[in-house]
Amino acid sequence: MITSLLFYAFSLILVLSALGVITSRNPVHSALFLVLAFVQSAMLWLLLEAEFLAVVLVLVYVGAVMVLFLFVVMMLDINVEELRTGFTRYVPIGAAVAFVVVLEIGHVIWFRSQDVLAVATPEPYPAGYSNTQALGSVLYTEHVYAFELAAMILLLAIVAAITLTMRRRPGLKVQNIARQVAVRREDRVRLVKVDPVTDSGTSSNQSRIASNESRAESVDSQTASNASVSVSKESVTDSKDPGTGD
Amino acid sequence: MTELLALIESLLTFFGLPDWMVFVALTSTKIAIVLLPLILAVAYSTYAERKIIGFIQNRIGPHRVGWRGVLQPFADVIKMLLKEVVVPANANWLLFLLAPVLSLLTAFAAWAVIPFDPSFVIADIDAGLLYVLAVTSLGVYGVILAGWASNSKYAFLGAMRSAAQIVAYEIAMGFALVGVLMAGGSLNMGQIVEAQAGTSISRWFVWPLLPLFVVYFISGVAETNRAPFDVAEGESEIVAGFHVEYGGIAFGLFFLAEYANMILITALTSVLFMGGWLSPFAGVPGFAGTFLAEPHFAWLAMKMAFFGFCFLWFRATFPRYRYDQIMRLGWKVFIPVTIVWIAVEGVMVVAQVGPWSA
Repeated sequence: MITSLLFYAFSLILVLSALGVITSRNPVHSALFLVLAFVQSAMLWLLLEAEFLAVVLVLVYVGAVMVLFLFVVMMLDINVEELRTGFTRYVPIGAAVAFVVVLEIGHVIWFRSQDVLAVATPEPYPAGYSNTQALGSVLYTEHVYAFELAAMILLLAIVAAITLTMRRRPGLKVQNIARQVAVRREDRVRLVKVDPVTDSGTSSNQSRIASNESRAESVDSQTASNASVSVSKESVTDSKDPGTGD
Repeated sequence: MTELLALIESLLTFFGLPDWMVFVALTSTKIAIVLLPLILAVAYSTYAERKIIGFIQNRIGPHRVGWRGVLQPFADVIKMLLKEVVVPANANWLLFLLAPVLSLLTAFAAWAVIPFDPSFVIADIDAGLLYVLAVTSLGVYGVILAGWASNSKYAFLGAMRSAAQIVAYEIAMGFALVGVLMAGGSLNMGQIVEAQAGTSISRWFVWPLLPLFVVYFISGVAETNRAPFDVAEGESEIVAGFHVEYGGIAFGLFFLAEYANMILITALTSVLFMGGWLSPFAGVPGFAGTFLAEPHFAWLAMKMAFFGFCFLWFRATFPRYRYDQIMRLGWKVFIPVTIVWIAVEGVMVVAQVGPWSA
């Protein structure tokens, strides 16, 4: 009794939200009605004790696909008036397509329901039945090839989608984080020895430009020249920033 | 706890109520047992956050309301309840008011399958892990709708950032959970904890699945939009992100949802990787037979408290990530790491090495 009550409640909301998808004028509202419709059909599956399918429907369609839909729809600037301009022109062909679809659905429902013989309420599964386990044990044994094939097709779709959207623009400045991280101290900073200026020396104010070699030699040259060493400005900035060159 | 539930059940059947009414009454009791402490924990985690960050930053933190500020959360809640909820002009008021409710709903719904101790869980379902994934993936709707319905540029930008971030990190989180279910051999949360029981803490999944554990916890921080991944709120750039137009208790619900999600991540990390209610002293010789070796809810609470502290610690320690770096971390670092480790784990399972083979 409870189950059929719940079934009719969920079905009613499902049908109403499906109507909402096609009748609401705001595309964001349409997308949200579609979300509601998905959730309600997941509830119907729960009533059929197919909890794995129900949860996966919510996870994949509501949690991922519809989020991306909403994302796109929200960012679109849709002019409703413009969409309506060709309405009368397309009415006949639209009506014809709708008629054919309704006919087909009616056909399927009518003829299929003849041989199912008064769809009885399905018997509930015994306690301890796990839909997840049942599905897994069939999917990985009997239907393993079809399953792998579906996985391959999905993988192909992912690769295709990425290749279609990947563009390489020349001259684009991007950060190469691997190169930034790979930078060592020696690439950026040089240590130079600076002697304190003493009054005793005759050439005390003499300075010379430090070179890369002088760092090692500076200890030796300390006694010889008794001169202070300064850093040349260009030697610090001459090397291009390794991280941002691309 | 179990005795209380059994008492209620026997009382109700004694009065001759039909089975489904007994079931509804029992489940409602269980929900109340989980939700009321949870809401209190949320309130006090805001207090803990302010006190701990204050301590880290050499301040006192709240200290005016009650003894050392212990009544501060209640003062905040009362303040928010008394404020007016302003709906912006030209905003979609229905969705505007629905959004905070939606984000709180998903934050609470996931608690249904968390096992608190060997005998207490609201819904002991077989697809528990999948349910958690599905419900947490719905949390993004609250954010998106809030941003869109506010009819504000800043809110919309914040919602876009937040949604992209949540979608990105959900994948890494999902892969980390795939590793857990491979190790546990079940989607049922209780059975995952039982699979970690045994000789000692070396059976906990955190050791064989260390990369997945790290990825899961960091993704959890990113998923809840907490610092250092809080660009969605980025108060220096987009004011306060998706909830900038919200005031009063509507904002309060977002606040509540954020902290409930945070506590949920700590609970999930403890259950999936740190052995849930299992005692860390279980296999240590000196403790055998004492109460310290017994599995108990207190162990889960302590593990959750530790991870909760980590959340606050991160916030006080790390500077905010830049947005493109967040995306890079999610897509180019975490997802490859998890995929590689799932492959490694598959080899380990087939070759019968690792704690699950014993």
